[in-house]
Amino acid sequence: MPKLVREVSFYALVTIIVVISIFPFYYAILTSFKSGTALFTIDYFPKDFSLQNYAHVLTEGSFVRNILNSVFVATSVVVLSLLLALTAAYALARIRFKGRTLLLLTILSVSMFPQIAVLAGLFEIIRWMGIYNTPWALIFSYMIFTLPFTVWLLTTFMRALPLEIEEAAIVDGATPLDIIFKVFLPLMWPAMVTTGLLAFIAAWNEFLLALTFISNDSQRTVPVAIALISGASEFEVPWGSIMAASVIVTVPLIILVLIFQRKIVSGLTAGAVKG
Amino acid sequence: MPSQSRLSNQRTRSAWLFLTPMLLILAAVAAWPLFRTIYFSFTDARLDGMDEAQWVGILNYLEYVDYGDGDGEYFGLLADEQWWMSVWNTLKFSFVSVFFETIFGVIVALVLNVNFKGRGLVRAAVLIPWAIPTIVSAKMWAWMLHDQFGILNDILLNLHLIAEPVAWTATPDTAMVAVLIVDIWKTTPFMALLILAGLQMVPDDVYEAARIDGVHPVKVFFKVTLPLIKPAVLVAVIFRALDALRVFDLIYVLTPNSEKTRTMSVFAQENLFQFDKFAYGSAASTLLFLIIAIITIAYMKIVGLNFDEER
Repeated sequence: MPKLVREVSFYALVTIIVVISIFPFYYAILTSFKSGTALFTIDYFPKDFSLQNYAHVLTEGSFVRNILNSVFVATSVVVLSLLLALTAAYALARIRFKGRTLLLLTILSVSMFPQIAVLAGLFEIIRWMGIYNTPWALIFSYMIFTLPFTVWLLTTFMRALPLEIEEAAIVDGATPLDIIFKVFLPLMWPAMVTTGLLAFIAAWNEFLLALTFISNDSQRTVPVAIALISGASEFEVPWGSIMAASVIVTVPLIILVLIFQRKIVSGLTAGAVKG
Repeated sequence: MPSQSRLSNQRTRSAWLFLTPMLLILAAVAAWPLFRTIYFSFTDARLDGMDEAQWVGILNYLEYVDYGDGDGEYFGLLADEQWWMSVWNTLKFSFVSVFFETIFGVIVALVLNVNFKGRGLVRAAVLIPWAIPTIVSAKMWAWMLHDQFGILNDILLNLHLIAEPVAWTATPDTAMVAVLIVDIWKTTPFMALLILAGLQMVPDDVYEAARIDGVHPVKVFFKVTLPLIKPAVLVAVIFRALDALRVFDLIYVLTPNSEKTRTMSVFAQENLFQFDKFAYGSAASTLLFLIIAIITIAYMKIVGLNFDEER
């Protein structure tokens, strides 16, 4: 093949990949700025610029409250799982003891668990603890998917650090807790940011548990709130509002992803490839 | 040296101390609830009567009701056509979506592995579908797939690929296709990134040698690249397959109430919390867990995946 043909077809492929990746979101943004009957004409390029849908979503119903719920739940989940995972990862990565590999494998298998299999039992515990229909039900139950992979990722990152760094501290008689917080924590920040981001995104996007354990509108998180936006009848689905709400909850995520692109990629692949 | 072993004993003790909080929480959110779900599947538990649950044996799974005149009928999950339909839907969905994701994932990974201008931007663009919440993707695509005002029908009509608008999500025959399109769009980036990481571990001199020997690029791909990235692909496939087998949110939002796309997870959730058949839903959850466990173990055995990584 002549070089030119090869180059052109390569860039054509690149263009197709990019267009397919971003078009749906582009189209959602475009739709979110339409109002009234403009919604029902198909445009490929921006024409209208009405903020009516955004105003509607942010002033009516409990969407702002839902966003705050999501922020609260996702942040708490990140802090809690990082805290628990950091100490656990130290034990799994730096201390040799019997049953370590088996333990790691068990933790990994929990992260791949079909969550529906524990739904009935979780429901019972959550009701027993009296946290049904509160954000705590979600913070508690989200541990099932954030904790295993934060432990797994932090263990992988911690193993990659050289042995020598804790030797001096051990010789000086530092306690293991000192070693974690004074020696490792400063070195682990990049890994913690990556892991925390992935946990945040996972918690922000979760749907099944949020749908099941929350029963009233003001307590819901955004994915469920968006799923339940409906019109007066089946034929009056407010697509403009749905798209505006979708854009509002997705833009922060996309900004995070663009800023931390490299970190996220390294986190995703460290979790899988090294396993 | 006694002091050495005292130190290591102390370290082992602190290791377990550090692990305990994490293990307790995992026990509370995973092990115990799983055990209770299995227990509920052998009882007559109801959503608002869990405490009075009575043991009923395997009645939720299989029950033969004798009509007394030599005639009888089987009831229970194992005799429930709807359940087997959802098992079949799940398997079909998982197989087809993972199959296409792997192919597209390899293509995207190969493209991203080439050093070209603007590669960083392209990689960022590819990450976008991954970052969008599943519910949002489902809604975005539901709008694009809309039978009257959807842009996809408009594009396909303009290209003369279809003669009249298709009601993608509402027609039983195309509902599965619609779900598959969205899932493949959403998860191909994840696949591509994992495969890309595998590709980047292939040393450049391997390609260099093949190029000097004048081997055709397609042959290089199948004879050199593919065997080298096989481990990465196999791991990516199992991760994605496990995700696909438990799919819930996409189907619940994009094609609600469609028999042709109802998966095991949707079947179980509906029975548990919407149809007031808590015990029956628990039985479905238990079977779902078993089916996924068997598939995972079989896959690991067949491809010889080994997760041991004692270094």
